[in-house]
Amino acid sequence: MWMAGVGSQPDSFEELAMPLFDQLYNFAHWLTRNREEAEDLVQETYAKALKGFSAFQLGTNFRAWMYRILRNTFLTSRTGLKATMTVPFDSEDDQSDLAVEPDTPETILMERSSNQLVQNAIAELPVPFREILLLCDVEEMSYREIAETLSVPIGTVMSRLSRARKMLRDQLRRQLQEGSRSPTTATAG
Amino acid sequence: MVCEAWKTKLDTYVDGELVSEEMHAFDTHVHTCPSCASDALARVQMKRSIQSAGKRFSASPEFRKRIQQSIAAKPRRSSLAFGWMTATAALAVLAVVGFATTYKGWQRARTEQVYSEVADLHVATLASSTPADVLSTDRHTVKPWFQGKIPFTFDLPELQNSEFSLLGGRMTYLGQTPGAHLIYEVRKHRISVLIFPDESLPVRLDENSPVIKERSFNVETWRRGGLRYIVIGDASGTDIGALSKLFKLAG
Repeated sequence: MWMAGVGSQPDSFEELAMPLFDQLYNFAHWLTRNREEAEDLVQETYAKALKGFSAFQLGTNFRAWMYRILRNTFLTSRTGLKATMTVPFDSEDDQSDLAVEPDTPETILMERSSNQLVQNAIAELPVPFREILLLCDVEEMSYREIAETLSVPIGTVMSRLSRARKMLRDQLRRQLQEGSRSPTTATAG
Repeated sequence: MVCEAWKTKLDTYVDGELVSEEMHAFDTHVHTCPSCASDALARVQMKRSIQSAGKRFSASPEFRKRIQQSIAAKPRRSSLAFGWMTATAALAVLAVVGFATTYKGWQRARTEQVYSEVADLHVATLASSTPADVLSTDRHTVKPWFQGKIPFTFDLPELQNSEFSLLGGRMTYLGQTPGAHLIYEVRKHRISVLIFPDESLPVRLDENSPVIKERSFNVETWRRGGLRYIVIGDASGTDIGALSKLFKLAG
């Protein structure tokens, strides 16, 4: 996506980067699940991006570039390393998860799901699945843009996204079942 | 195609990422298959729930200010070339020439970027399951639909005695600029007409450009009454030119 602001100058990093501030912060907070760490992450992202801006190729996707910096910064942080150490990627290209489960009353499930329940379920997802779901459904990035941000092929975007959604549905189902037995408590972020 | 095969593509369908032909085929299938329709609806609801739940965290105004200050305080790239107070006149001239070349290169890149973005808008719209938010062949229905949605108004041409037909319209964005996206058809070829406030676009396009090629699409653009018109499609250059002419006459 082309993100230049109205009447921007060729070298105006600020005009290109500040419109992304709110969404980058939201994404950072979802990754770190902590306000202070999210602020550190965003600050470091902006500092790195500013430093590397002269190398940024005009005509390429600025938004994906900023997200890539943020994500890479997170992945090399202590929290990021810890969060991604235990995620299984064995069946990344396994398409078997793509099929919908015919006996899942998802419509009813989603109608009953409150914002809080969905937020809790997203927070429970391992980082690679949480981030891809947020990039696709919250940031409304195209598969191509996500592939660019995560530095993976589009096929991987599709299969990982499919797994993320399946995991989210399972998580919601579990929460609803638990909720029907006892009140759900919010623990996310 | 049996349902199971469709169902493996449900997510891609709901994300609007199927290729145009598959998207149309899926649309047709969903209209006749209650099971797939129900699954697709569930996916859409799930997507909306995630979108709503995902917009959760906001930064404090103090933090925003801090970031803004930290990046605003840095010198801009262009001024770096002039930072050496002791530079000789010859070096200064070279720096200016260098900057002018860079600036021209940047402008060219930006213009290409705009055309590339326009081509993306055209393709993405045609690939979408709902290419138009207002579906009508009547310009007196389509034009009023934009009232209150975009910060300008425009005229649509009378198409009687022409080969063109209006299919509908939708709101669109070029970068951060809101605009109108109209879809026309001529002999099975879809053509997009995009209209934006010209001064809001971050690059100055030609006042009146003849039909050019962009990623194999034919494109014509012009400025009129403060608005930027861009006509793009895989129809022939003559058709693109003819539709552009109708728009110019309407204005």
